Formats: sequence, structure tokens, C-alpha cells
Amino acid sequence: MTFTQPLRSTRLASVNPVAKLGAASTIAIVLLASIDQVSAGVALVVECVLLGFLRFPLGAALLRVSPILVAAVLAGLTTLLYGQSSGRVYAHWWLVEVSDGSIRLAIATALRILAVGIPAVLLFLTVDPTDLADSLAQVLRLPARFVLGALAAFRLLGLFAEDWRALGYARRARGIAGRGAVRRSLGQAFTLFVLSIRRASSLATAMEARGFGSSARRTWARPSRFTARDWLVLGIGVLVAALAVAVSVLTGSWRFVIG
Amino acid sequence: MTGRTRFQQRPAGIHAAGWGWRHAGRAAWAVRGLDLDVQPGERILLLGGSGSGKSTLLGGIAGVLGGDDDGESEGRLLLDGEAPSAVRGRAGLVLQDPETQTVLARVGDDVAFACENIGVPREQIWPRVRAALDAVRLDVDLSHATSALSGGQKQRLALAGILAMQPGVLLLDEPTANLDPDGVVEVRDAVASALEATGATLIVVEHRVDVWLELVDRVVVLDGAGGVLADGAPDRVFDDSARELRAAGVWLPHRSAPARREPTAQGAALLSGEGLTVARPRGPRIPVGDITVRAGTALALTGVNGAGKSTLALALGGLLPPVSGTLTASEELRAGLGASPFAWRSSALVSRIGSVFQNPEHQFVAATVRDELAVGPRAAGIRRRQTDAVIDDVLARLRLDSLARANPFTLSGGQKRRLSVATAIVTAPRMLVLDEPTFGQDAVTWGELVGLLAELRDGGSALVCATHDEELVRVLAAQRRELTAGAPLVGAA
Repeated sequence: MTFTQPLRSTRLASVNPVAKLGAASTIAIVLLASIDQVSAGVALVVECVLLGFLRFPLGAALLRVSPILVAAVLAGLTTLLYGQSSGRVYAHWWLVEVSDGSIRLAIATALRILAVGIPAVLLFLTVDPTDLADSLAQVLRLPARFVLGALAAFRLLGLFAEDWRALGYARRARGIAGRGAVRRSLGQAFTLFVLSIRRASSLATAMEARGFGSSARRTWARPSRFTARDWLVLGIGVLVAALAVAVSVLTGSWRFVIG
Repeated sequence: MTGRTRFQQRPAGIHAAGWGWRHAGRAAWAVRGLDLDVQPGERILLLGGSGSGKSTLLGGIAGVLGGDDDGESEGRLLLDGEAPSAVRGRAGLVLQDPETQTVLARVGDDVAFACENIGVPREQIWPRVRAALDAVRLDVDLSHATSALSGGQKQRLALAGILAMQPGVLLLDEPTANLDPDGVVEVRDAVASALEATGATLIVVEHRVDVWLELVDRVVVLDGAGGVLADGAPDRVFDDSARELRAAGVWLPHRSAPARREPTAQGAALLSGEGLTVARPRGPRIPVGDITVRAGTALALTGVNGAGKSTLALALGGLLPPVSGTLTASEELRAGLGASPFAWRSSALVSRIGSVFQNPEHQFVAATVRDELAVGPRAAGIRRRQTDAVIDDVLARLRLDSLARANPFTLSGGQKRRLSVATAIVTAPRMLVLDEPTFGQDAVTWGELVGLLAELRDGGSALVCATHDEELVRVLAAQRRELTAGAPLVGAA
């Protein structure tokens, strides 16, 4: 909860979750269709400009996207050393070969991870699960039963870590913590599974006891509306993707991943 | 609170005639041949032994038992003259476990959930939510995180969620069984205030009779063999059916308190802590200081929720390393090993210190009760032929012999508790650490457990109990170690 708190007060926070979901996934799908430096680079530059425009708290934003930065650097390095080789070779050692081709691929990969990852993380960190469920059911008209069931189940995930630790203590107390680690983990996972099913079914009863799944037409305490601003956010997402593709195609760099 | 909404529901009546229910895949009927009439506005305490179908009856009235796939019904059960599943929202059910009754992340949303489900128009929902929170006296912000509530607050939240539906009958299935003494009073008072505000019919199932006695005007006792065993004014039922109720594990009011059992001999120190501080991974630090566990005595760890009783119990059980200070096992307890129990191998720990967890299910690792008891001795390297005799003895002593081939997960609450104690004592450890051993137990299981613990103590074992149960502390003549909440619980997240 505290991890996402600072971002929940930014301007993005009040945007409808479905708009954010739509914007982030449009950028992701389009950018993953090609593997070139230009499209990812253009998208990344535009995104950074937009973030500056939103006056996103820089420190908070950097902290949250740091895993993405690390992933981008690691993936870039791996591609640099082991990626498909072409053009001039700069270094060669056993399986490692650094060449013009692998450098190009490495930069493209790293940029792509950043261009897809940064908006996805920042948009999603400002989404409250309850608001997302409201929006999926009211805006996208997904079945309420399914959406609310998933939301309630999501809340139970938090109890997993606590259960797992207790199961570990209990196994040590029973004298079997020294046995084969794999077999013990499997047994422990199975017990966790049984406990979770138990808990889920008693949660389901509690939900039914409060009229969940009744034949009455459900009302919504929190209205989820798709406003002009939400269309704007979605439109910006589409524009970013379109701009990236256009520049890439015009400069002749676009390379479809398939075919 | 301003803009108060009045509760507008009429109390509901219930009519059962020859009603029965059998869960799918079960041979026996959970309830059978039940005839019962409840007038609108009556307040009923529903009693009966484990397995007499109390929860099933509440589920039936609430309309949550499901359809033909979930089980088979016979006879009639009517709520306001109609099938309960056709009038969802007329009955509101609160269950036992606070953890699985919270549906949403924010307090206000959680209370609104029921209103949304039964189709209350939006403009009426929020006034109802405020009135319901008011009625259970839960004075927190609507955006307050539900995960930050205590057990008693969670149960009051669940009750508020039900009240917001404006049901005609409140059905409470052991609503305080998982709460500490403060939480019990909190929830009982919230129910009283809710009944005053709504005038709803009440049916409450609970073993702890004295908690609810002031609130109810009628007691119904279900017969395990089907139908109703006793029905009438509380005093009369308790007088007439005292024997049956006692056998069913009901805590009768004004019973004579069990006698204190003094230890026979004070033994040597088995485990000593010096300057001890304990903590769970990423949890708050619990300052303990010096502590000594002696053979032949009981030590009670007491204190409010969050004070660190369970954490200290884990550390004394050799399951958690001290954060600072030392924890030293005596020569007698360590039997050739190093001084720190946490450094012992698991298979060595099991024959020296036994631990019984608050949730017995966390401890079960085998497919049958008998195999479950064989796990510890096998790990400790005790010979098969020797263990068989010991296991038979323990099974008989804890009345589990008829269940030797049952799956531990299918046992009742009391049986699970007895089995978890049995698994810990079957390797004959010198020291036994128990976390809330009597929590939520009926009077029969309570008596058996306490008798067994006193016997173990007199046999020279050291007992450590983390507990809220004052009666247990008194009967075992336990030395008390009160923990005070050092670090605030909320700061731990």
C-alpha cells in the first residue's frame, strides 16, 4: 500500500483505469511488433516529454521504474554479448561475439523494454484494484461476478506469504525440515493450496451471504465514468504508438518481428 | 454523525417443517426432521453438539446452501413465507473467521458491497453505509484500509455490511470464536446496539453462552440425531437439559469453576533467555529481557493482540533465532547438542521441544491421523516397533483411536486441536510450547486438553502457553509473563 501511495495523488491517478490499460497496452502491442531502434527511441522520447509535462514526482517515478531500468540494462548486455552477429566484429571469445549487428540489437532491445515498461509501470502503479474492477465492469461491461470474484481473490494473495512462513516453522517443529528440500517444498505448496481453497470457499460463502450472485440487478456504489479526459489519455497512447511507427517506417528502420 | 438514516426493515419470521439438508457427497444428513417456528423479532441462541447442523440451518435460512448440485433438501424451510434463496437480503449471515469475511480493501466499499449486490439505488447506498457503521460503532474513515483492522473490528465490519442490507433477521455463526476477550465484548455490544436500532430477529450460534445470555430470550438446542432437543426460555432449558448440553460441549452459565491444579514439584531450569529480544522476519522487535522455563511447571505468555506472544513462543520453540540476547538450553534439555535450540537440526528439535501452533492445519503433513503421529518419531529415528505402542497409547488418550484412518483435514475443530497436541507429545519432548491451545474450543475439549496438560506438567515436562484464556492460566497454576505491546502494530507494514 505505502509503496504506491505517493503516485496515487498525481494527476494520472484520477484517470479511468480502463483508459490507462488501453493506452499502455496499445504502446506495448505496437512496439513489440518490430525490433528496431527508431520506433522504440521515438516512443521513449515522447513518453519522457509527456511525463515531464505531467510533473510526475521524479524521485518517486525513478524508484518505481528502477526494476525496468535494471531489466533493460541486463537484457541489453546479454544481447550485446550473445545476440545475432553481423557486420564488423569487435570482440570474440568463445560464445561471446560483439559486432555491429549485436550492438544494434542490444540498443533496440534495451530501448524497447524502457519504452514499453515505463508507461506500463507508471500507469499501473496509479491504478487502485477496486477502481480497476469498477471500471472493467461498468465501462467495459465485463461480467460483475467474474470481476468482483477476481478482486476478492486478489486480496487473499496477501495472506499467502504469512501462511507459507507458518508452514515452514511448523515443518521444522515436526522434525521434517531437514528432509529433501524439493519434496518438502512440494508438500508445503500442496498444503498452502488446500488452505487457500478452504479460505476461498469460505470467502465465497461470506460474499453470497451478502447477496452476491443474487438475481437482483446489481447497482454500483462508485460510478466509473469514461470522460473526455479518459479519451484524451487513450488517444495520447494511440498517438505515441502511431508516431513511433510512422517515423520508423519513414526512415526505413521498421522490422516486423514475424516474417 | 449527521444525516442519520433510519432502518426501515420489518423483522422476519422463520418456519421449518420436517426440514433436512444433506451436503452433496455425504452419506449422513446434516440436519433432519427439523420443526421450528421463529416469530419476527425473537432473539434466539442456537446450541447443539459439534455436527448437530447449526451452521447448516443458518446457511439454509440465509439461502446460501446452493442448489441441487450442492446437496439435497427435504421438507420446508421458509423465510417470511418464501424460499430463502428467493428473498436474498432478508437474512444476513455473519461467519466465524474475520479473515475471510472482508471482501474489499476499503471500509466504506466493503459495507456498500451487500447493498450493490441486492440492487439498492446508489443515492441510498452511502447513507445506509454510514448508518450501519454507526450502529456497530465502528468509527473509522470510509477509506480506511480493511486490512489494518483488528479481529473484533473486522467482525463488526462484517456485521455492518449485513446491516446495510437492512435484513429482517441477523444470523451469527460463532461470530466471536476467533476473537480475544476484548474483541468478544466489542462484537457482542455491537450486536446489541444493532438490534436496538433495527429490531431485527436474531439467531446466534455460540458455545460461550454467558456472553449472549443478556441478549437472547429463547434457547433452541438441536439434536445430533435430528430435530430439536430442547426449546424455551434460557433458564428452563439450561436447567432441564444441563446434562445433554454439557456433553455437547456447551459452556453453561453459572457452572462451578474447575479446580486449580497445583504443580507437584518445581524442577530445574530447562531453557533460559538473557537480555532477549525477538522478532519475526520484517516484524516489530519484541523486548523480552530475562525469561526462564522450568521443568514441572507451566509458564503463561499473556498480553493483548500484537504484544508478541506468538513470536516469543516461536523463539522459545527453537523456530526463530533471537534478534539479540541469548537463549540457552540446559544440559538436560539439549542432551548432547549445542546450547542454542535454533541451531539444532529439525530432527533433533522434535524430541526436545514440541510446538503446537494456533492453527492446527499448518502442522498437518500426512494423509491419515495415524501417519501424522508417526512423522515425528520417524524423523527422530525412533524404531518402528517402539512407536507403534506409543502411538496407540496417545490415540486412545486423546480419543482419536476411532479416527486413526481419517484424513487430518477432515476432522472437526476440536479433533484437529487434539491431534495437533498429540503430534507434539508423541516424541516425548521435555518442553512443550503451545500457542492459544484452548482457542475456540468447546467445554468438553477444553476440559480434556487442560487435564492432559496438567498431567504432562506433573510428569516433569515444562509447558509454555501463549494464551488469552485466564481460566487456563489459573487451573494450570501457571507463572504469568505479561508482554506489553512495545512497537505499534501498524508500523510493522
